[in-house]
Amino acid sequence: MIPASANKSSRAQSARKRARRSSTLVAWSFLLPNLIGFAVFTFIPVVAALLISFTSWDLLSPPEWVGVDNYVRLASDPLFHKVLMNTLLYVLGTVPFQMVFALLIALALNQRIPGQTFFRTAYFMPVVASTVAVALVWRWIFHADFGLLNSFLYFIGVNNPPNWLSSTRWALPAIIIMSIWQQVGFSMVLFLAGLQGVPTTLHEAAKIDGASSWQRFWFITIPMLSSTTFFVLIISIINSFQVFDQAYIMTEGGPANATNTIVFNIYRYAFQFFQMGYAAAMAWVLFAVIFVVTLIQFRYQKQWVYYE
Amino acid sequence: MNKQSTPRYTLGNWLLAIFLVPTAIIMLMPFIWMLATSLKSAGAVFEYPPTFIPNPVEWKNYQEIFQILPFARFFLNSLFVASSVTILQLITCSMAAYAFARLTFKGRDALFIGYLGTLMIPGQVVIIPNFILLRYLGWIDTYQALILPAAFSAFGTFLLRQYFLTIPKELEDAAVVDGANHYQIYARIILPLSGPALSALAIFTFLFNWNSFLYPLVVTNSSEMSTLTVGLNTLQGQYNTAWTLLMAGSVIALIPVLTVFIFAQRYFIKGITMTGIGGR
Repeated sequence: MIPASANKSSRAQSARKRARRSSTLVAWSFLLPNLIGFAVFTFIPVVAALLISFTSWDLLSPPEWVGVDNYVRLASDPLFHKVLMNTLLYVLGTVPFQMVFALLIALALNQRIPGQTFFRTAYFMPVVASTVAVALVWRWIFHADFGLLNSFLYFIGVNNPPNWLSSTRWALPAIIIMSIWQQVGFSMVLFLAGLQGVPTTLHEAAKIDGASSWQRFWFITIPMLSSTTFFVLIISIINSFQVFDQAYIMTEGGPANATNTIVFNIYRYAFQFFQMGYAAAMAWVLFAVIFVVTLIQFRYQKQWVYYE
Repeated sequence: MNKQSTPRYTLGNWLLAIFLVPTAIIMLMPFIWMLATSLKSAGAVFEYPPTFIPNPVEWKNYQEIFQILPFARFFLNSLFVASSVTILQLITCSMAAYAFARLTFKGRDALFIGYLGTLMIPGQVVIIPNFILLRYLGWIDTYQALILPAAFSAFGTFLLRQYFLTIPKELEDAAVVDGANHYQIYARIILPLSGPALSALAIFTFLFNWNSFLYPLVVTNSSEMSTLTVGLNTLQGQYNTAWTLLMAGSVIALIPVLTVFIFAQRYFIKGITMTGIGGR
């Protein structure tokens, strides 16, 4: 098969081929432990979830193919519309406030102030704490009659403080307040890291040119921080769309679905009503919403994000 | 950042700190209130105005929750699950990351993009098929169910691959000349040089799994297999308004992570800035 004249080079070629094959073998030996687990618990389930969303399946009888029925049902399900709206309000109520507070605190902590470590620890502690445990204490703080918050409101002269978690009007704001408290430290740390990356030479040059500290903040710090801000915004929005623990522990989605979120609704349909197909369809809609929102942000980042 | 060599703070710095004190108090208040409530008697909880110093101090709330629910078991379950997931992730993710960062093989880039793509998919999408799979395997309410699905993460693989790429290749050349194979390079050169990335991944994986709620809620149903977060939920279901007990349980769930955090704060913060993820 191989001409004699090409013997030498073909031997080198096959040696190289063998080396490549053995290096492929080595590569797979590194990959497989992760890949097998990842395929079984992530890759295949992603595909399976899509298929399940086209079925009606209660886990007792075999799944029944229903095409896009679940998605059609979602489009006209008033509860799902409410749940989408609640989640959107939650994201809009949490993310901007959380980010503004985080930026202000980061700007302050970026100065050399007494007790810096103490402050950073205080702001960051809620981030490491389990949401279930802190949601319990916030449920107690928001207690209408004996809660710390309403005691304080009585004390400063508010006669009719809200019933917070048992009020359809105030339950979602209460969960938003708790979430801002819990997430502010996370964004603060990212902003602090971003601030440390702003070169001092820029500030010094601007100072020599006579720029006020407000001008330096507005025309140097903010633009130089925009890539961090973009990143914090993306991560915060993705995380907020997936809110569950707070809604489950503090209100169980109530009262009257006032705090029912997409993920809480998925949980109820999948693991309490055992409507696997319908719940899977909701999960895909959640993914689609997150995907589109993220895509839009990437699309418009050029208009305000400054990269060096 | 600041070139002044004097350790003195300016007046402005002091004013800023004083201005920050109330906000720091708001941040710490829920923790203080949790601790204070957990040490009160059941009646003292409903006093007005509320007090922060329990009088008398009721330590027996802590005894009581260990009697009404197997809190020691919950604690050990959380510890075992979070540690196992962390160790497995460190092993499997670092190996896969080595292959992605240092080896060339057919389909590498396509496979890597596949890993990255799944990072965007929320966990709630895969929880339904995973539940069905675990149920089919008869694994509901077992340690395998709590540990294995979390043990192989795209995020960990991605984080470590990015870090491995920053390690200069020249460091390996000497070892290659000496005849070292890839397993030796991975174990003796890459891993020892990746301390910061490995510790960041370890901290986040542990924390995430210690605090995880939805997943263990779905795959367990007995109290022997409950983790702390699920146990707290059970406690709330049974003693909905027993605030002293609920707060004592919460304190127990928070103590380990907060203690570790206060002592290893630097690594947490370095980890967050390195990865950008890790919170929720």
